Amino acid sequence: MRTLVLREIFERKSQLLTSFLAILLGITVIVSIKNITHYSEKAVAREMDSLGANVLILPKSSTLQDYYTADMQGETIPEEYVTRLAMSDLAGLDNLSPKLSMPVELQGKTFTLTGILPKSEFQAKAAWGGAGIFSRPIGCGASLGMMGSEDKKTLARKRVIDTLENDEVLVGADVAAKLGLKEADKLGMLGRSFRITAVLPQTGTVDDSRIFAHLHVVQDLSKKGPVINAIEVIGCCQEISKGLVAKINSLLPDAKVVTITQIAAAQISINRMMSNLSLMFLVIIIFVGGASIANYMYANVFERRREIGTLMALGANSGLVLRIFLLKALILGVAGGIGGYVLGTILAVVLGPKLAGVMVLPMPMLALLAVGLSVAIALVASYFPARRAAHLDPCATFQEI
Amino acid sequence: MKMENVTKTYPHRGQLVTALNRANAEIRDGDFVSVVGPSGSGKSTLLLMLGGMLSPSGGRVLWDDQSIYDLDANARAQLRKQKIGFVFQTFNLVPYLSALENVQVPLFLSNADEEEQKDRAAALLERVGLGDRLHHKPSELSVGQQQRVALARMLANDPAVILADEPTGNLDPETSRQVIDFLEEVNGEGRTIVMVTHDPRAAERAKRILRLDRGVIVSEKPGQKGRHAAA
Repeated sequence: MRTLVLREIFERKSQLLTSFLAILLGITVIVSIKNITHYSEKAVAREMDSLGANVLILPKSSTLQDYYTADMQGETIPEEYVTRLAMSDLAGLDNLSPKLSMPVELQGKTFTLTGILPKSEFQAKAAWGGAGIFSRPIGCGASLGMMGSEDKKTLARKRVIDTLENDEVLVGADVAAKLGLKEADKLGMLGRSFRITAVLPQTGTVDDSRIFAHLHVVQDLSKKGPVINAIEVIGCCQEISKGLVAKINSLLPDAKVVTITQIAAAQISINRMMSNLSLMFLVIIIFVGGASIANYMYANVFERRREIGTLMALGANSGLVLRIFLLKALILGVAGGIGGYVLGTILAVVLGPKLAGVMVLPMPMLALLAVGLSVAIALVASYFPARRAAHLDPCATFQEI
Repeated sequence: MKMENVTKTYPHRGQLVTALNRANAEIRDGDFVSVVGPSGSGKSTLLLMLGGMLSPSGGRVLWDDQSIYDLDANARAQLRKQKIGFVFQTFNLVPYLSALENVQVPLFLSNADEEEQKDRAAALLERVGLGDRLHHKPSELSVGQQQRVALARMLANDPAVILADEPTGNLDPETSRQVIDFLEEVNGEGRTIVMVTHDPRAAERAKRILRLDRGVIVSEKPGQKGRHAAA
């Protein structure tokens, strides 16, 4: 049967070419869009990352207003909540940034001293628990960190920092300007001496008036114990839309979880636009590719009715005739899928940087999608023509055609 | 094989056309029957019915006392696969397969293994004088050679019955004679042959000649071979 089908394909390849091209180009477009979309979503996520946290975990009685004004309200939550989150199996929590703030007076001016926890501390927590943030799949908004030397100024947008020693501080742009501070200067504060490791760039937020130190140092200085005011989270937008907030709520029932909707909504809407675009192409390709294959198959059945009648006269049953046409569709689908994957990947890698401004790498997972989709389209589109062939009247064999 | 009061009618542009009208015939094992008659007399309809490919509107077609139209389509396909060899006026070779592969088709349908298929197909093509054309496609063969491939294919499943539809219709007189010679030869091996033909000389070579006119078997007479046998 394989010989019968393959010979027929190669004998009439010019007729097959149109429908093969339809499915090949269709799969090529889907693969390249999916490939470019995947990498541009990641790029968008990285861009969104710079907008800051999109989920806040606050004490139950606090409001978002408290957080935005100065987050120096008296309410706190235990630092242990951070460990709980870090060691949970919640997906979509990429950057956790616990904070404790207290007022501090310098040269007669009041600023906010904010304690933050560097990532190295999370790694230690994860190691204790054998799980946690570093074993969790990294999605959008991920700041990998711990790779090579770090520019501490990235705190302004990443919300997390890899390392921060007990005698180190980072100062906001306003603080530096008002106190005339610069990098590597010494800063005396609440009876302790600190080294300024970075002056953060202007952000236009309250962060400009902050001095960042190690969380545990600020806890010591405030004498409040192992507590924090808030945990800033950069959550994956997909996970937020899938109910990340509710999951955090059930993990931390005594805290208030707030989504900063504008940021999350922007992320979700961009991703939704991309997936809708991809879906639209998918639907078009299914119809165009499917219709082209169905049309070709109907014509092929019509053209081969004498041949089919001959096979039936020689003893072929309808099931065999059906299988002959479906095998042809399968071969067409597999060839279209593999060809479409290869072409689509090349197209995405070459055009991705030009069209979307992102570097695109081949995605082997898309090969499965390409072949599966192509085979499914070819089989479904060919089923009715194949059925027609299987129920053809073998008397056609005896008639002049 | 037996046809009992077989009638076939079908609608055509609002009118009921009778292709066969209460036809009765009995064809014994080893017989060689020619079916003659003008165009549209029902010859091909009769052949199709004997081959289990066209159900009658009335009457019965029996193979070994079994009414074949009481069987389902797949069982009739099985019957054709096991017992019938077909030969057609326009040969009906699969154009993209070689001579060898065309002859292999009935063997593939019978699930013979590939080596056996090739050996038997090659031997049959050798028998019809095409041992040196095994890998030629139909388009690379002459008309006479194509019909010889069709004859080899006809014998591939070692059929007990051969149904031939105008086997000499497209051939020159010399090639026609060779085809009839070959049919006589396989009839001599004990195979039953039913041959529809327009060619009176070809019809004469059979044991019996059935004449059809407007769907009715109007006469039956012995052919050359029949007369020889009677003599």
